[in-house]
Amino acid sequence: MRSDTGRAKAGWGLTAAAWFGVLFLNVPILFIILYCFTTDDRSYSFPPPGLTTRWFGVALARDDLWAALGLSLRVAFISMLIALVLGTLAAAAMFRFRFFGKETVTLLILLPIALPGIVTGMSLRAAFDLANLPFSFWTLVLGHATFCIVVVYNNVIARLRRSSPALVEASMDLGANSFQTFRHVILPNLATALLAGGMLAFALSFDEIIVTTFTAGNQNTLPIFILKELSRPHNRPVTNVAAVMVMVITFGPILLAYYLTRDTQDTAGSGK
Amino acid sequence: MANGESIAVSFRNVSRHYGAVKAVDDVSFDIKDGEFFAMLGPSGSGKTTCLRLIAGFEQPTGGAVAIHGQDVTGIPPYDRDVNTVFQDYALFPHMTVLENVGYGLMIRKVPKAERQQRAEEMLGMVALSGFGGRKPSQLSGGQRQRVALARALVNRPSVLLLDEPLGALDLKLREQMQVELKAIQRRVGITFIYVTHDQGEALSMSDRVAVFNHGRIEQMASPAELYERPKTAFVAGFVGISNLIDGALAERLTGSAQPVSVRPEKIHLEPARVAAPADGQTVSGTISSILYLGANTRYLVALEGGGELTVLLQNRDTHFEPTQGDAVRLWWEARHLMRFAS
Repeated sequence: MRSDTGRAKAGWGLTAAAWFGVLFLNVPILFIILYCFTTDDRSYSFPPPGLTTRWFGVALARDDLWAALGLSLRVAFISMLIALVLGTLAAAAMFRFRFFGKETVTLLILLPIALPGIVTGMSLRAAFDLANLPFSFWTLVLGHATFCIVVVYNNVIARLRRSSPALVEASMDLGANSFQTFRHVILPNLATALLAGGMLAFALSFDEIIVTTFTAGNQNTLPIFILKELSRPHNRPVTNVAAVMVMVITFGPILLAYYLTRDTQDTAGSGK
Repeated sequence: MANGESIAVSFRNVSRHYGAVKAVDDVSFDIKDGEFFAMLGPSGSGKTTCLRLIAGFEQPTGGAVAIHGQDVTGIPPYDRDVNTVFQDYALFPHMTVLENVGYGLMIRKVPKAERQQRAEEMLGMVALSGFGGRKPSQLSGGQRQRVALARALVNRPSVLLLDEPLGALDLKLREQMQVELKAIQRRVGITFIYVTHDQGEALSMSDRVAVFNHGRIEQMASPAELYERPKTAFVAGFVGISNLIDGALAERLTGSAQPVSVRPEKIHLEPARVAAPADGQTVSGTISSILYLGANTRYLVALEGGGELTVLLQNRDTHFEPTQGDAVRLWWEARHLMRFAS
């Protein structure tokens, strides 16, 4: 038997391939940051003719950017709350009970994230039309909550599956009633899964654009603001500043979620 | 111990049926206060269900369970004066070792200082002093096992239930823990009820053993009596090696075709040319396989006229070393032949 940290060292070919992959994924992001500082306001010429921090000032002075940022934060926060409640309840039900059609219901819960966003968006739009719901802040939140529920659900059910069912019995055996067991054993065990799921849901909602396009009406979230701004001929770098904002705001929660679930090997996020 | 003869747990015609499945079927027995009592049986024999009936995780579908004379039907686990050591330990992963051990005391609102002191003391008893600050995930299997034991014992229950507590440990550690468990039980004087499918564990630690099969108790006796005088063929086979003799050979030895049995270490193995002693029962056969086990050797002997017997010889002396295919004579004293109730 060998203590299995000793995997074979990767050959140079594999190392090079890995680095190529990393660069391929991340170099475009570096360009976004670079062009925040360019002095060229119409096109993205390389190398930038000069560097300036002017665009941060311009961007921060734009009321429509602040409005878009505010809307995105509010939508993300409320979608996250809805997802936390519904996702946890769904996970608890799926974990606890066996019933006819359970596999189907599981699939239906996961569907919003498995389907292309455009399908989710179209169907939501059609549903709002049928229900005579005018587009508003709340249609946007509902749209986002559909796929946010999935990440919370995934995190919570993974944690439940990994927790020994004997934990609850052990707590009862040691004298704790149902309420005490929930407070001292179940909730603390779920806490990091809830936080991680919530953070991911927040990040997912914050930069979402496809479903948003179908459910927002004429409201501008930050991603929509960026998309519209791109088509304007000047002040191009302002969009880069906005993009960097999206990056910073989503990166924090994702990193946090990663660290929270790293030790427990949960499935923190899943595709999308 | 107040009174060695007072009853800690009693089952009166207890049944636990799941639909048509009779997990426990009309079982009655008493466990004495301070006793180390083992419930032994194959998986699905009802032993774990009996344990869960005492803990309160299951309710009987018939009969009544009493703990210290009090009928506990309908009383939830958290209101019973018993604690359990679970098979997979069920330590709370988000708490430190000390918090795990102190959990029961915390729930019972024991002041923090006293709680910590008692938890530390208990960790000392299971040889884990200084481990209080660790998380369960930082412990080895054997250490987790001890924490689970400490967490249950710290509450000073009147009865401790142990559900295959050594099942996940390797052989050396298991043997060491058997010695320690027995020592701890003597020290604290609490009734231990120990569920296992390992006959070695049951025999080595227990004052009495109940052998379960198909939801019923086949026999309840001291380890020695269980081994030397099993009442049924099932008990003979489950506790030790079965060595069942039936058919014509049984008829020649006992005058009836009822199966009988003889323990492998009671059998003498001699070269075929040696005359058998007059008071012994003798059969002839040939060695069909030899298993060298270090301290002893296990011979499988194919008998003349069909059947097989296992013979266990201590490797004390090398005056006779039969090899495979040798013709041999087996004999044993007549009193070592075990007959079963029909």
